[in-house]
Order: sequence, then C-alpha cells, then structure tokens
Amino acid sequence: MTSLLRMEGISKRYGGVRALEDARLTCERGRIHAVLGENGAGKSTLLKVLAGVVAPDAGTIELDGVPVGFTGPAAARRAGIVSVFQELSLMPDLSVADNICITDPPKRWGLIDHRAQRRIAEQALARVGAEDIHPLAPVRDLPLSRRQMVEIAKALARDPKLLLLDEATSALTAADVAQVFGVLRQLRDRGLAIVFISHRMNEIAELADDCSVYRNGRHVSTFVAGSVPPGEIIEMMIGRDYSSVFPPRPPRRPRPPGPPGPAQRASEPPVLKVTQLSWAGRLRDIDFEIWPGEVIGLGGLDGQGQRELLLALFGALKGVRGEVAVNGVAVALSSPARTQLPGGGIALIPEDRKTEGLMLPMSVRDNLSFAAIDRFTRFGLIDRASEQTAIDAMIQLLRIRADGVDGPVAALSGGNQQKVVLGKWLMTRPQIILLNDPTRGIDVGTKQELYQLLHQLAADRAALLFYSTDYAELIGCCDRVLILYDGEIVRVLEGGALTEHNLVAAAHNLATEPAA
Amino acid sequence: MMAALFGRIDKALLAASGCIVVLLIGGALYDRNFVSPDYLLQQLQVAAFLGVIATGVMLVVVLGHIDLSIPWVVTIGGMMSTAAAGHTGWAGELAIPFAVACGVGIGVCNGIGVAYLRVPSMIFTLATNAIAQGLMVVHTSGFAPQDHATPAMHFLAVERSILGIPNAVVVWAVIGAAIVVVLKRTSFGRRVYAIGNSERAVYLSRGNVRRVVVACFAISGGCSAFAGVLLAGYSTKAYQAMGDPYLLPAIAAVVLGGTSILGGRGSYVGTVAGVVLVTLLQSILSIVQMSEAGRQVIYGAVIIVMLLVYGRGAKVVT
Amino acid sequence: MTARPRGDLRYWLAAQRGPLIAAALFAAMFALFVTEHPAGLSANVVNTAANKGVLLAFVAIAQTLPVLTSGLDLSVGSVFVLANCVASTLVTGSPLEIALGVAAVLGCGLVCGALNGLVVVVGRLQPIIATLATGAIYGGVALWLRPTPGGAIDEDFADFVTGSAGGVVPVSLLVLIAAIVLVWIPYRRSVAGRAAYAIGSSEQAAYMSGVPVARSKFLAYMLAGLFAAIAGLLLTCVTYSGEANALLGGSYTLSSVAAVVVGGTSLYGGAGGAIGTIFGAFVLRTIGDLLFVFDIDALAQPLFLGVVLLVSVSLGSLRLLKVKKRLDLYR
Repeated sequence: MTSLLRMEGISKRYGGVRALEDARLTCERGRIHAVLGENGAGKSTLLKVLAGVVAPDAGTIELDGVPVGFTGPAAARRAGIVSVFQELSLMPDLSVADNICITDPPKRWGLIDHRAQRRIAEQALARVGAEDIHPLAPVRDLPLSRRQMVEIAKALARDPKLLLLDEATSALTAADVAQVFGVLRQLRDRGLAIVFISHRMNEIAELADDCSVYRNGRHVSTFVAGSVPPGEIIEMMIGRDYSSVFPPRPPRRPRPPGPPGPAQRASEPPVLKVTQLSWAGRLRDIDFEIWPGEVIGLGGLDGQGQRELLLALFGALKGVRGEVAVNGVAVALSSPARTQLPGGGIALIPEDRKTEGLMLPMSVRDNLSFAAIDRFTRFGLIDRASEQTAIDAMIQLLRIRADGVDGPVAALSGGNQQKVVLGKWLMTRPQIILLNDPTRGIDVGTKQELYQLLHQLAADRAALLFYSTDYAELIGCCDRVLILYDGEIVRVLEGGALTEHNLVAAAHNLATEPAA
Repeated sequence: MMAALFGRIDKALLAASGCIVVLLIGGALYDRNFVSPDYLLQQLQVAAFLGVIATGVMLVVVLGHIDLSIPWVVTIGGMMSTAAAGHTGWAGELAIPFAVACGVGIGVCNGIGVAYLRVPSMIFTLATNAIAQGLMVVHTSGFAPQDHATPAMHFLAVERSILGIPNAVVVWAVIGAAIVVVLKRTSFGRRVYAIGNSERAVYLSRGNVRRVVVACFAISGGCSAFAGVLLAGYSTKAYQAMGDPYLLPAIAAVVLGGTSILGGRGSYVGTVAGVVLVTLLQSILSIVQMSEAGRQVIYGAVIIVMLLVYGRGAKVVT
Repeated sequence: MTARPRGDLRYWLAAQRGPLIAAALFAAMFALFVTEHPAGLSANVVNTAANKGVLLAFVAIAQTLPVLTSGLDLSVGSVFVLANCVASTLVTGSPLEIALGVAAVLGCGLVCGALNGLVVVVGRLQPIIATLATGAIYGGVALWLRPTPGGAIDEDFADFVTGSAGGVVPVSLLVLIAAIVLVWIPYRRSVAGRAAYAIGSSEQAAYMSGVPVARSKFLAYMLAGLFAAIAGLLLTCVTYSGEANALLGGSYTLSSVAAVVVGGTSLYGGAGGAIGTIFGAFVLRTIGDLLFVFDIDALAQPLFLGVVLLVSVSLGSLRLLKVKKRLDLYR
C-alpha cells in the first residue's frame, strides 16, 4: 500500500543559507507524525514546502504515489493538504465566520450565503469545543488563545486528507490542548494523516505515532514514537553529546549566591516593591517585592493579567493605580522611557519578538545597540568605535552566530532573534528584567543557553520577573512563583511547595498542598 | 546602512546614476550646449530648489509617513518672507528666518496631528495644506502678492559666490551635509530609521517616538518654507500656488533615489541623484519642445519604468 | 445552535459605526443647509446639491476600493478628467452612437484601472507612487485629447442625467443608487469583494489562506477606474464640455481620500465600504454649500474648508482617550 505522502530530496536555499538539503519525509494515513529538530533544522520550511507556501529548489513530492507540484497555498489546499502555522492565517478585521470560510464559502446565486456560512462556522467551532466564540466577532477582538482555536477550527473545517501543524498549540491553555488533541485523535482514527511540529516534548510523547528528526536541513532518522529514549532523541537533534534528563529541565538553581535571607532583607530595600497595583479591572491590588538576585515567576492560566502586569511595570499602560518603588524610591512609570533609572532601570523582553522586540530589516548590530544608544552618544553624535566594541562583547557573551551579524536580524532563527532582544536590553545594564514568555517557540538548545544566561544575570544581582506558560520552566528557574487568577495574586509558591501539582491547583484557584 | 540593505540602495543609486548619464547623452545629442558647464550649473541651481524640498520629504518618508502639505508651505515660505520684508521694513536677514519659522510651525502641527492625534499622515497633511492655502488666500485677498524679495533672498537664490557655483547649490549642499550627518551619525537618525521599521519596537525600546516624528515634520516644514524663500528670491516675488508643481517631483525624486515609500530605508545620496534625475528629465522634455501632454505621459512612464527596475516590492511570502 | 439576535445586532452595529456616523453628520448638515437656504427644500436645490455630491461620491467610491486592499489610487482624479474629455468627444450623435460613446467612456475607465492594477499587482510597485505616475500619464492623454477646453455632449442626454425624475428625485442620485445596487453590493458579497477586505486586513494571512490575492487586487483597481469614469461622464453632463483640468483632477483625488476617511473607511484597509464613503463625500460637499449659505466671505472659504476637514479627520482621535494600553497606540 503506497504511503499517503512521500517527500524525497527536498532542497531549499535562501541566499547563502541552506534551509533544507536532500530532506525526506514519509507519512501514512491514520498516523500522527511528529517532526523534531532545533530551530534552523528546517522543520518549518519542510512544512511550508508541503503547504505550497514555499517552492523547493529540488526534490519530489508524491501524494498517493502521484507526483505533485504546488504553485501556491491554494493548490496545496485543493490537494487536501491543510496547514496551521505559528503565524496565524487569520484576517483580524474579518469575523470568525468569514475567516473560517474564507475560501470556498457557501454560495447562493454566485454570492456568499452568510447564513449558511455562519452555520458552518458554528459547527467547526463546536467540533473543537470552542462554542464560546461568537461567529460574527471580529478576530482582532479575540485573545491569542481563542484565535488559535479559530485557526484550528478553520483547518479542520476544510476536511483535509493531510493536516500540518506548526507550533499550532503554543498559545493554548492546557484544557484547550486536551480538547484539540482529543479531536485530532478522533480524526486520526478516521484516517486523517497529521504532521506536526512542536517544541513541547510532553505533547510529542502524548500525541505522536511516528517521529522524524531533522538537523541542519537534513533528515536524520524516523522511528516509531516511544521506541527511542529521550536522551538519544535530543542528541539526534543537537548532534552533540547532551547529558540531561528528558524532558529537558533547566538546571535547578543552586542557592548561593541566592536571594538574601530574612536578616539581609531587613537591611537593604527590595529592588522592586509593588504596592496595591491596580489597572482597569484587569489587575487588582497586586503586592509583591523582589530582592536583588531573585528570579520571580508569574504563573496561572493564560490571560489572568500576567502580561498586563509586566506592561504596567514597564510604563506601557495608562491609568495604573498603586505604587511602584525601585530601590526604595517611588517611580512614576508613565512611559517606557521612564524605565531608565539610576542604578540600572527596568527592561522588558516583550511578548512578540518580531514586532515588538526587533526592527527586522535592520542589522543585528544596530538592533543590539538600539536601546542603549545614548551610552555611546556625545553631543548627539554616535561614537562608532565604542559602540562596536560594546556590541562585539555582547555578541560574544550571548554566543550569537557571527556570520549573520551585519545582515538583517530577520534572517536569524527564532532563538537567535530572542538572544538579540535580550542582548539589546543587557546593553542598558538593567537592574530589573521583565520577561514575557521568553522561550516560546524556541528550540531546546537555545532555551538551555537562555536559562544559563538568566541564571548568570541573577547571580550578578539583577532581579528577574518571569512570565511563562511552561510549568517546568517556572519550577526550574524561579525562586518564587506568584500565581495570578483574575488579576489578583492568589498564591505564592516557593521552595518545596513549588510543584507542578500546586501550580495547576493554584492556577485554578483551588487549595494547594503544603510543602513536601 | 548594513551590507544586506547596501546592495539594494546601491542598485537604486546605480540605476538613477545610469539614467542621469543617459539623459545627459541624449540631451547632448540634441543640443551640444546641454552639457556645457554653464547649462549644467544652471540645472543644478534649479535642482537645488527641488533638492531642499526633497530633503524634508525624504526624512518624513523614511519615518514611514508622507507630507502632502508641501505645496502650500512652500508658498507660505515665499509669501511670508516677501511680506515680512515689505510690511515691517525688516532687513532681509530677519525675513528669511521668519518664513522658515512659519514652515516649522506648520510642520510641528503636522507632527502633533500624526504623532499625538494618530491621524494618518496622508490625510492630516492634506488638511493642513488646505488650511495653509486658506490662510494665504485670506492674506493676499486672492490677488497676486506685490511684495518683493529682499536682496538677501536674491543673493541666496540667484547669485554665484564661490567658483561660479550658484549659491543655491551651496545652500543645498550645506543642508544636505547636515542631514547626512544627522541620519548616519546621530542617535536621532538611528531612531528615524527604526521608527520607519517598527514604531512599536522603538516605543518598547524606550525610544521617544512622538518627539522624533514631530521633529521630522518640523524639519520638513522648515525645508519646504526655505525652498519657498529661495524660489521667491529667484523670481523676485512670490506667487499663488508656487509650490504646487513641486509635490509630485519631490516624492518621485525621493522614491527614485531608492528610499522606500514604506519607510525604514533610504540614503540621502540616492535622493540627490533622484533630484538631479527629475530635474534633467523635466529640462530635456521642455528643450525638445514636447507638448505638455507628451511631457506628462513621458514623465509618468519614466517613473514607472525606473521603479520596475529597482523599486519592486517583495513577493508576498514569508 | 440557535441564533443569538442580541449578539448579532451588537456586532453589526459595531461594524457599521463609521458609515452611521457619517450618515448622521450628513443628515444634520443637509437639514441645516436646507433650512438656511432661501429657496428651502425645493427640487432645484436638492438637484444641484445631488449633482455635486454624486460627482464626488463616485470618485470617492473609486478611491474606496483600492483603499480596502490597503492600497491607494492617486490617479482617480486623472481618470475622472480623462473620462470627461473622452465623453465630450464621443457621447454625441444618434442614440446608438451615444450608447457606444458611454460604453467607450466606461471602457476607458476600466482600461486605466487595469493599467493601475497591472503596475501594482504584477509590477509590485507601491500604490502611492505608481498611481501618481499613472495619473500623470492619464492626465497627459487627456491633455492630448483636449488641448483646450471644448467638445460637446448630446444635450438631451446630459439634461436627462442632470435633471430630476418626476420632478422630484435627482437622476444622478438614481444613477448612484443603481451603481451601488448593481455593482457595489454584489461585489461586496462576492468572494472577490471579501477578498479585498481580507487582503487589506492582512495580505500575508490572506495569501496563506489561499485567497486569490493578485486577482482580487487587480479587480479592485479596475473597478476603481470604472467608477471614476462614471464620475467623468457625469461631469460632462453637468458642464456640457470637456477640459483637461489637472488642478480639478488633483483636487478631486485629494477630496476622495478625505471622503473615504470621513466616511469611516480605514486608510490601512480591511474595514469600511462604499456606503460610508458616499456619506463622507456628501458631508464634504455640504460643507461647501453651508459656507455659501451662511454668507461666509468667499475669500475665507478655503480656510474654512481646511479647518473643517482637519477637525473631521481629527474627531476619530477622540477614541484615543479611551485607550488604556499605551502600547496599542503604536502599530
């Protein structure tokens, strides 16, 4: 019996970069196939070739033994291949129903039949358990997690033969993920073939039937899920010896030099003291303190105010009530420009690095020096020499690949881009670093590097406030985790009480177990 | 800018320079005098007026915006400088700064509308253009203004001081040099390019976006007004709608010089080439005594062809 | 799943907010105008106002289509003028010749629009500069056709178009309504029309979703040319002649952009529509009439117009006061 999909010898170059080199992939009907690899391994490109978004330089694609060539996404769609990418394919100004039926809507007399379309949308949403989304709501009004649900509903509504998912669940809550996985398994049992990319090892373990590993654009190995030990998988992905337990946990922070004990706390003021912080009903009476060298996590379900808290502390919100004190001195954070303070100031690693953290067409160098440019400026003129020296030092520190440094930062992989964002802020020598889900969509290897960097920053007495949707990350990196629910801190977990069970319980505002 | 962008801008500069050479050769074939030093200097002089305007336009375009108030700010520059000289008996030296200040003032209004009120620049500058026109109509009661240009204005626009080079060209060179330094060597310039790429990222990098936007529009207004002063000096008086013929050529010059209309990219050298190109093109078309109809068609066609060579956008794929 | 009428109405209202405000504004201004006008609500007054308003409305609708795709067409004024010149040459003679002449005028608009579409879609040039250049070309052609003002149009035809049906309803208004019902509404509800909104909202997402981006954009620019040509034909009916008036064309182009904005269509694309634009155009035209009726000094009129334009486009900024996240102010 021929495989549903057979890709052979796929190659793709972007300028001087080899995205794919003689890559191959084979999928069967009714199987869920996970594609694994670091950022830059070519996974996304491979799926994009399959989705018709990118034309390969060489290679063949066969569907049911018949060679096909796609001239664009529409052609792939006609062949029954439907894809869900990390960059959403939703039009923000159009309604949910319009988005779901954007191509091939039901028609009456040649014009779109809106009533039938609405029914289709409702069915599609119900299928993925998202009945709470109103079909006429404009997509731009929906939070990111709901938008991803619409995206998935849209893909399934097209009744695909082959479904491609590229980090399609990255912004979903755990409940949504469980729902979606249930639907995917049902569809698989009915013969749908699924290829998916995820950096979340537990998702892969839970969902995949087969796995393929890629490295540097080449296919490394394909095996049945569960037949290869996790450590070996990681080694295949990274290509070097990797001694860590699967799923990879960030190293447990050793206590020295840890946060100060009670005696020390009495003598020096906290780096950051937040009192009764409130905003627009989304944040309510937030109180907490951070001392130098501490890594504090923000936990809880998505959308409970964590991101807003970080924005408030960075001056990007209006009408914030309450008091924020840095090193004992009250500060008025009326704009991000005001986060530049004597002693270091506050930095924010934003939610979306591509639109909020970087100027994509500008060079890596120019991006790195951008926030701290005034350090190298005298009488308004930039001192190129000192600027370049500082940039070179930062590139070294962050181990950013040197061959792309003069080119646009858009050419870097997601992980390296995030390093540039971090580097940009490190050049301002901040005392407080706010991080908004910094490792989302980043490969395992770079994640490790980032954790080590953060660890080093804390050791150097910076204070970190870290929002993450990854429980393992929170447990592995943070001294304390503040759980937010509906804009309030409902629980503070630290030490032995900082367990995944307690994180989940507190997130749902349930009683937690005491420290073990 | 950096290597990856350098190739693109270089291509534009190359194409523009190539076109200039073609025009010079073509003109020379038609009439030997076309490439005589005297005529070329005269062309540079005429180009200087457009060049000063294009400087301001380029700054605003790199920012990712557009300034459609140029026509009547130029006119205000011309009318206010001559009026100030005429009515108050000020020495010419004060009339010029006064006119430029008027232009800067309008520019600041544009900047406030775009940066603080968040009105799209195209529509806001359109409105200020209409208001500027309204103000001038009231000021002149609809008639052609009778005030004369001051000797200082005449000196700047018409006279030649250094090596026979028209002063207007020197003025343009000075302004140009200043802009190049600002764009390439100052943090302000870095922010201008950055805002053209992503306002949001600049805001979140502690950049004061609004002030930079206001400053750029202010400079654009000042440049336009100053060009009006020069034009008035050239013709010895201001006249109604004297700025209208400069809008399309200024935008064309900036774009033909490699500056992206979407913002974030562009070099001043390219703009200079674009200005020279546009000026030569207009001269040739008038020399060969092409009818106005033909001139317009060729003008538009040349812009399109040039842009097809190097101004094309990327295909819509990641 | 049962329908939720309350939720539905809420979404519909939210989507129509721009046009509704423009319509309300127009109604108020027109009422004021008619009250202050010495002749009051007479057929003549309504007819003249309608003719002027519909002229701008058609050019503004032409502008709306590319704007929806987050593009722009700065050549609409030139196509308008060119159509005027063509009409003044061809729309005369026997009824058959008149019909052919009208078809030729509309065809000319379609060709200009198609050329714009080619340059923007296939050439991938930025619409602002591309249509500025094509506008120059169309203006040049118009000048070649009519070096000096002149030409003529069949007077009966012209009188009919600029007159009132049954002595009450201006025919120009009926033409506008016909264009909306026969062209705009089917377009809006078609796949190609919705594609225009999709492209304006996010061209990348539209492409990834398999929307026929190239074809839809091209169609938008072509239809823009058509509407501008209709306006040109109407102008000929009003002036009985053709003139390659570049200044008029430029003024209509810029006014069309203003009408689009006042009518609630976003210059960034993805939202709005022709109906809001129509009211936006009517508002702009009524301002001019109001100035006349209130006896504002003719010299001060341009200033007044400018101020009103500034205020009306700045009104949208009031919503900024409600913004609680400063970050959202920056795109």
